[in-house]
Amino acid sequence: MSQPVILTMKQISKAFPGVQALNQVDFCLRQGEIHALMGENGAGKSTLIKVLTGVYQMDQGAVWLEDRPVQIRSPQEALSLGISTVYQEVNLCPNLTVAENLYLGREPVKHGRIDWKESIRRAGALLNKLSIAVSPSAMLDECSLALQQMIAIARAVDMNCKILILDEPTSSLDDEEVAQLFALMRQLKQAGVGMIFVTHFLEQVYEISDRITVLRNGERVGEYDTSALPRLQLVAKMMGKDFNDLAVIQAAPKGQVDSTSPPVIEARGLGHSGTIKPFDLTIHKGEVVGLTGLLGSGRSETVRTIYGADRPDQGSLKVNGRPVKISQPLDAMKLGMAYLPEDRKKEGIIPELSVRENIILALQAKRGLFHLMSRKEMEEAADRYIELLQIKTPSRETPVKSLSGGNQQKVIIGRWLLTNPDYLILDEPTRGIDIGTKTEIQKLVLELAGQGKAITFISSEIEEMLRTCSRMAVLRDGAMVGELAGDQLTQAQIMQTIAGGKTVQEDK
Amino acid sequence: MKSKKLSRSGLLLAITIVLFLLMYVSGMLIFSDKGFAKPQMFLNLFISNAGLIVIGCGLTLVMITGGIDISVGSVTALICTVSAFMMENMGLSAVSALIASLFIGLLFGVVQGYLVSYLEIQPFIITLAGMFFARGMTAVVSTEMISIKNELFLKWAKTKIILPFGYTNKKGVYIEAYIYPTVVIALLTLVLIALMLKYTRFGRALYAIGGNAQSAVMMGLNVRRDKFKAYALDGFLTGLGGFLFCLNSCAGFVEQAKGLEMDAISAAVIGGTLLTGGVGGVVGTLFGVLIKGTIASLITTQGTLSSWWVRIALSALLCFFIVLQAVIGSVGSKKNRAKLV
Amino acid sequence: MKQKRFSWQRLVHARLFMPLVCLAVVLLANVIRTPDFFKISLNNGVLYGYLIDIINRSSELVILAVGMTLATAASGGQDISVGAVMAVSAAICCQILSGGEVSVTSLAAPIILAALAGVVAAALCGAFNGFLVAKLHIQPMVATLILYTAGRGIAQLVTRGQITYVRVDAYKVLGGYIGNCPIPTPVFVALIVVIIMAIILKKTALGLYLESVGNNGKASRLVGLNSALICFMAYVLCSILAGIAGLVASSRIYSADANNIGLNLEMDAILAVALGGNNLGGGSFNLTGSIIGAYTIQALTTTLYAMKVSADQLPVYKAIVIVIIVMLQSPIFRSLIAGMKHKRTVTVNEK
Repeated sequence: MSQPVILTMKQISKAFPGVQALNQVDFCLRQGEIHALMGENGAGKSTLIKVLTGVYQMDQGAVWLEDRPVQIRSPQEALSLGISTVYQEVNLCPNLTVAENLYLGREPVKHGRIDWKESIRRAGALLNKLSIAVSPSAMLDECSLALQQMIAIARAVDMNCKILILDEPTSSLDDEEVAQLFALMRQLKQAGVGMIFVTHFLEQVYEISDRITVLRNGERVGEYDTSALPRLQLVAKMMGKDFNDLAVIQAAPKGQVDSTSPPVIEARGLGHSGTIKPFDLTIHKGEVVGLTGLLGSGRSETVRTIYGADRPDQGSLKVNGRPVKISQPLDAMKLGMAYLPEDRKKEGIIPELSVRENIILALQAKRGLFHLMSRKEMEEAADRYIELLQIKTPSRETPVKSLSGGNQQKVIIGRWLLTNPDYLILDEPTRGIDIGTKTEIQKLVLELAGQGKAITFISSEIEEMLRTCSRMAVLRDGAMVGELAGDQLTQAQIMQTIAGGKTVQEDK
Repeated sequence: MKSKKLSRSGLLLAITIVLFLLMYVSGMLIFSDKGFAKPQMFLNLFISNAGLIVIGCGLTLVMITGGIDISVGSVTALICTVSAFMMENMGLSAVSALIASLFIGLLFGVVQGYLVSYLEIQPFIITLAGMFFARGMTAVVSTEMISIKNELFLKWAKTKIILPFGYTNKKGVYIEAYIYPTVVIALLTLVLIALMLKYTRFGRALYAIGGNAQSAVMMGLNVRRDKFKAYALDGFLTGLGGFLFCLNSCAGFVEQAKGLEMDAISAAVIGGTLLTGGVGGVVGTLFGVLIKGTIASLITTQGTLSSWWVRIALSALLCFFIVLQAVIGSVGSKKNRAKLV
Repeated sequence: MKQKRFSWQRLVHARLFMPLVCLAVVLLANVIRTPDFFKISLNNGVLYGYLIDIINRSSELVILAVGMTLATAASGGQDISVGAVMAVSAAICCQILSGGEVSVTSLAAPIILAALAGVVAAALCGAFNGFLVAKLHIQPMVATLILYTAGRGIAQLVTRGQITYVRVDAYKVLGGYIGNCPIPTPVFVALIVVIIMAIILKKTALGLYLESVGNNGKASRLVGLNSALICFMAYVLCSILAGIAGLVASSRIYSADANNIGLNLEMDAILAVALGGNNLGGGSFNLTGSIIGAYTIQALTTTLYAMKVSADQLPVYKAIVIVIIVMLQSPIFRSLIAGMKHKRTVTVNEK
């Protein structure tokens, strides 16, 4: 690497009450490189980024831009120093146009007033230069998430950023959109922008990054050239131990499917207009059925329709062979269903309530308003699942919001296991949580299937699905387009089914 | 590729304008014998609501940022009473009363703005406290009603600006239509605020904050400062509007302008400003004020209905528009979701 | 030393610490001013004294505070229409009792029936608020602002702009005394409301449901709670309690005064909730705190009256108190204070 170093962070330390989030971490970024920042949850990635963007103030350490020491006290200061950030949740204003979002706070001004024509013209030129296909006068909330992300990048680029931080930008994008984003990143690389890329997706790291810095428990493990660091070693460095668990899972037998008794779930032509077209789905006891497809293909919508989170408006559903009518989640719960939603923060946890209350909530709701569980019963239930799922919490009365993402997810899993469901829906249970917990959850899924529970598993990571599912349904554009089982369950076959229809559609 | 959200707020505004025309024209038809059809009747809408227009503009600003200010009615009462007290009981000039009014308004804006934007306390609670504080202070200043007889003040209040049109009454005498200076000030303020919202960075920042405050921070806007400025400006406009209100009523007393906050909020909401922020404008608020004025005129002209009906009718209308916003909003988001899939 | 500070901190952070300290401060101030503050005497078979007066007068507020606490917990906003709802309930009740006359000395309808009608009217108001908040997701304060302004208008319409008097002894019981009982009836009404609510919270999952819904409505729906219904019910309950408070207030003056019944009480009720250590942003709640808060507010009101502050001027002081409380609740303000403390300790350490 002969490119000059543009950012040096030295001996950065940052502590929060009870946690040393960063301990003497070094980091350096060169001009025109894509530098992946890797680590499990709680490793200190986001703290490091927040220090760099002025959201947090470091306790110790120093930051140099090129060879100039700088103090970054606020996000505004970071921006003015040429440090821009694009987050997973796009930070733009949905009620404004694309052009306004690009130039907000620095609109072209003529004669003391904003020159709207100039703003639109410049925006058009900028979007054109970066090959982003969107009209500058479109409202932002009409753009897809990927487009919004690219608009955010365009804004950063136009503000002459030298350092671009991409914090989990690909989490909600489908493959094609990721490809578009990467093309844009490569273009910026040519222009000499240094990029810090934070992601959970290993493949993407190997596809695009030049170097990798690994953090663990607030300390820097090391800095490596991507080409010189094999995947397994990267994982090992992130985990800090030899990583055999994945192998264990691969060897584990998949659940014994009991197809003699009537299927636990049998959907016929079930649908919810506007979100998911009518679909058929059958799931037996002990079976793990995966739902796969691109983001927005209707995976979550399918399970939401079964669970009654979105009330189905057509078709029929049989549970254990009996026809049922589900109009709200409580109906589904009474039929033995459980649903772990995709968005843990917004739809999963009750942040202020304690771990105990979060765990017993579903069971209590199922029992009803007038059958309050006794305090003792609650405590026993909470303790049982804290131990069983190894939830790391100071006590069962700790508010769940102060737990890490992975542990919050375990609390929600505990909440549903407590209701002793026959059918468990897990929508992206492993998103945004560390690899260790991911593995635990995968193991748990197989274990539960082994106990005879029917499970629907949704994940963006196909490998994860291949490890756990005995059958997979493929969705595309809000419709179920195929089912794969047995020998068909290979990455290539799944990809083909997901993508296959596209050409067919284009022919039409 | 024309924007949907814009057309959504445009739709709300269009409904409002049509509603206003409908109400006014039907008023003209039903009460033509009682002078509803005269141009002066229309101008009176502006004359009696000049203060409300300015206050509504201020409120629209904070509502665009997603906030609210329910202290405006009480602050208006305080301003009227303080002005009256200064001129009548202390013998001070009308100019000093004007300055005091603007200062009181600004002071409320600055304090409330600081608490809302820098300490991030819910605007509703803070301005609710402001509302009670101002009403109580009014009683501290004077528990008696004070009528204003200051000459300069009355000159400001009642100088007629003759307009180049008029009408001929039953006796065949040509009567010129007129407005008061208050109307000119109110409309001037409205135009300035409208231009500010459209053509200044501060104006656009208010929309951005209402759309997504966190994003606005991340995009480098000084959200706290801009929000603070919005509340300060709102306070200043309440000061100005309060003084205009005083020019119209020429008196100050504790119970004055009760429910004015409701009128102002209704006007903004009816005019298409979303309660959630990010969408709206002062032109809509003007029409909201006109609708409120028309309801009041209709009920007064009708004669037999109690004045409580104005408030009830306005509340019902506000309710209708809130529901409309909710419905249009949910239709919009449903469309978006369908598109995503 | 360290241990002592630790336990002191725990005491400070206990949920009822703040409300109790506030109550103590107000009472202490009174004792210093009027040494016989706690003196209770028996005159004509009725208890007299400052304390009795405060406890008696705070009855309506206690009832309102209970409802306000529930609405706050479920929706993260406050119901500012409670004062107006009190007036509506009183107006309906008195109008039925008087049979439309302005002033009567005999009843036109059974009291139970009229009271029930008043409470039902209040419940309807609550249903309206609840519909706007729970179904249409309007910010609670904007939604309830509608009835805050229109409610008294409705009450005026019911009483045709008059003050309806019901000069019947039976009607005065609710706001006066039952037979020879020396304790005023409103105290019992408040007590009964509190006890019933305590039983409900103890024996049902309502408390957990309210906290859950107020904290994260979407997640609550997915675990089988009907978030909208629970929030709706909280508002209906809040208004029903306001209706009951309205009847008590009306019985005290044996009339329906649409302009003055429950005037400014919404502010007191919100203040009581905030003073009770509840987060006005919703979620977790503490009913005991609110009740202590209500007594504190009434003690403060009585004190201010004793200091010759007129009723019109009272809101000034209350507004200041509520601003101070919400400032103290504000995490940013707290961190500012903590930051200052922190700096001080740092400089000490450096020495």
